[in-house]
Amino acid sequence: MIQLVNLEKAFGDNHVLKGVSVSVSRGEVVVLIGASGSGKSTLLRCVNLLEVPDSGEIWIDGVEVTAKGVVKHEVRRETGMVFQQFNLFPHKRVIDNITLAPIKVRGMSHKDAAELAMVLLAKVDLAAKARSWPHQLSGGQQQRVAIARALAMQPKVMLFDEVTSALDPGMTGEVLNVMKELAADGMTMIVVTHEMAFAREAGDKIIFMHDGIIVEEGPPSQLLVNPQHDATKDFLSKVL
Amino acid sequence: MRFINFELIFQTLPKLLDGAKLSLLISLFSVVLGVSLGIIVATGRLSKFWTFKAFASAYVAFIRGTPMIVQIFLVYFGLAEFGLTLPAFASGIVALSLNSGAYMGEVFRGGIQSIDIGQTQAGLSLGLSPFQVFTHIVFPQAFRRVIPSMGNEMVTLTKDSSLVNFIGIAELTYRATLIASRTYEYYAMYIGIAIVYFAITFTLSQLLSWLERRMGPYDSVSQSGKGLRR
Repeated sequence: MIQLVNLEKAFGDNHVLKGVSVSVSRGEVVVLIGASGSGKSTLLRCVNLLEVPDSGEIWIDGVEVTAKGVVKHEVRRETGMVFQQFNLFPHKRVIDNITLAPIKVRGMSHKDAAELAMVLLAKVDLAAKARSWPHQLSGGQQQRVAIARALAMQPKVMLFDEVTSALDPGMTGEVLNVMKELAADGMTMIVVTHEMAFAREAGDKIIFMHDGIIVEEGPPSQLLVNPQHDATKDFLSKVL
Repeated sequence: MRFINFELIFQTLPKLLDGAKLSLLISLFSVVLGVSLGIIVATGRLSKFWTFKAFASAYVAFIRGTPMIVQIFLVYFGLAEFGLTLPAFASGIVALSLNSGAYMGEVFRGGIQSIDIGQTQAGLSLGLSPFQVFTHIVFPQAFRRVIPSMGNEMVTLTKDSSLVNFIGIAELTYRATLIASRTYEYYAMYIGIAIVYFAITFTLSQLLSWLERRMGPYDSVSQSGKGLRR
């Protein structure tokens, strides 16, 4: 469903992506792992064009979104993203964080958007917090709201960018559980994470990136248990 | 030091208050226009389009680099040279608005830049257009954050409105000067209008801190859950 073909991206002299190709099928959970600076976050941000690759092609559902004349914010309707720093809108209540995009982008009525928001809040177990302000929530709760907010656009794929890295250790579980449920529901997901347990349990395919290229990819049972390359072995010995 | 001639101040108070009304009217118009212009200037300064950006930057540099009284004269006398004769009242408002717009622009620019880039990215990732991200996410937060500096600028503008007396607008300072030159009670008259100006700006400051308090709660670092904490 998603094809990234030979993506290259440089920030000045820093060549972050050196020809990366990834294919993601519908309902697949792809986990990107690798050290900081390996290019995995940049790769993820290319999918919804928060970063525009210097060369290469991105295809989503048979449409080349890197083609000339494609309107970026129209592409982003179909791709939900969750960030390390949650990025809830602090001037809006929880429910208004969630209904904003469906109302403004999809043209949904306030009533329908609110109903949708309540369903999604129930899904992330935060229905009681609908009228709260973001700053009244814990980090884990904020991140679950952020997931609900992204889901409200009913995206074709969900992108997770180190979503548990800014959380206290005690709160990562609640966020990872929501993600596992999503995966079990058949959501297509691309996940950048350092949580190897999550990768093993929920991942269909793991991609190890090192220095701007994909060194190795495969199912968790293969890549995590029996890595082929030295760089992969080295990385896994540090994080496992 | 002589005793202040309060009798004269009280006698002339109706005339002074008429002048104060005019001062307030000019300030009010100029604040509204200045804030609107300031928002445009701020977006210009932060724009990707270099012509817009260069124009906004040059405008701010010019206003900051020249005395306000010169700007007032330039609008009043200068426009007439181009065949555009504005009444003094309108010239005063135009000059004060142009001046305030530059300073407000810098205030808003700072406010917009202080909003975390993650807010923009989150808005964009939801499919909002860059314009929607600005109007629904970045600007509302920036606006709340700049209320104190915006208030300062409003107070400054209200005081600076006294300068338009030089193009013959019969506002507060003009009337005081007129009465003083007739009675030679300069000291009393300027004490009198100092009190009136202070009453206006003090009320304005109180209104602004009230506004500042009730714009919350929203901030993640807010302790009480109410109001703005920076």
